[in-house]
Amino acid sequence: MVAGPDGERADVDLVTLIVARADPPPSATPEQTATLRLCTAPLSVAELSAYLSLPFSVVTVLLTDMLTAELVQARAPIVRQALPDRSLLEAVMHGLQRL
Amino acid sequence: MDFNGSDTIPGPRAEDHLPHTAQAAVKIVIVGGFGVGKTTMVGSVSEIRPLTTEETMTQAGVGVDDNYGSDTKTATTVAMDFGRISITEQLVLYLFGTPGQERFWFLWNGLFEGALGAVVLIDTRRLEVSFDVIGRLEERGVPFVVAVNSFPDGPRYPVDDLRSALDLSDEIPIIECDARRRASSRDVLMTLMRFLHSLALTGALTRRP
Repeated sequence: MVAGPDGERADVDLVTLIVARADPPPSATPEQTATLRLCTAPLSVAELSAYLSLPFSVVTVLLTDMLTAELVQARAPIVRQALPDRSLLEAVMHGLQRL
Repeated sequence: MDFNGSDTIPGPRAEDHLPHTAQAAVKIVIVGGFGVGKTTMVGSVSEIRPLTTEETMTQAGVGVDDNYGSDTKTATTVAMDFGRISITEQLVLYLFGTPGQERFWFLWNGLFEGALGAVVLIDTRRLEVSFDVIGRLEERGVPFVVAVNSFPDGPRYPVDDLRSALDLSDEIPIIECDARRRASSRDVLMTLMRFLHSLALTGALTRRP
């Protein structure tokens, strides 16, 4: 697989959640088919990289094509903001307390 | 990799699937030197068996690291172990155990920039490797706490001594932990979250340009 120039890559994060939107089309590459199979339930880009045994940068290129072709949907992560979201922090604390 | 046998690619076990309601994820980075216990900590609190994402570092980084300093080597593989904790039906937390060397951090887009915060895991037997990490996080404006992983043969220092040895300001929490224990690792994450919450209350949690 050949990586495209940086400017062409989708802005995906390690914890962007990827969900399949379609069954693999006949034209799908083996990597695309594997990704669609893995993403029947939401799966992070990091997990995709681990299960596919592909580097993060390669998965990014793969997903760029698949997002363009509308084969998958990306659910963006919540990142640290200048305006802190206390309710988010509290939700995480409550979740950890249940561990 | 040969993908023609894509039926054989191992995926998540059925019980490891996130619910379809999962809308967004957040991440916390656990950063520290080799062998300090990052993967142990990730594994002790993760709901999935820790996974590994790898990235290849090509020419630009080669020759910088004496540990990999073979002349014939043209690429270095850097691995990062990670785990996952479902917070709610909508929200997922990921934990990444990250090498302490800053030159690896750019390999994963936004690894620190987007993180809620970081845990600096330190080993009192090799305190010096933590200096750089702490300095880099401060420069990047990444909020962090320091967790001292207790090794049986490691020297014990009072927290005040560690604070001055690491040149940490008073407000940065330092906590002792046993990364093998779930409750202890959970307490470290809670310490970070309480610290972030206090920063949010005082309006100090801002991303630097």
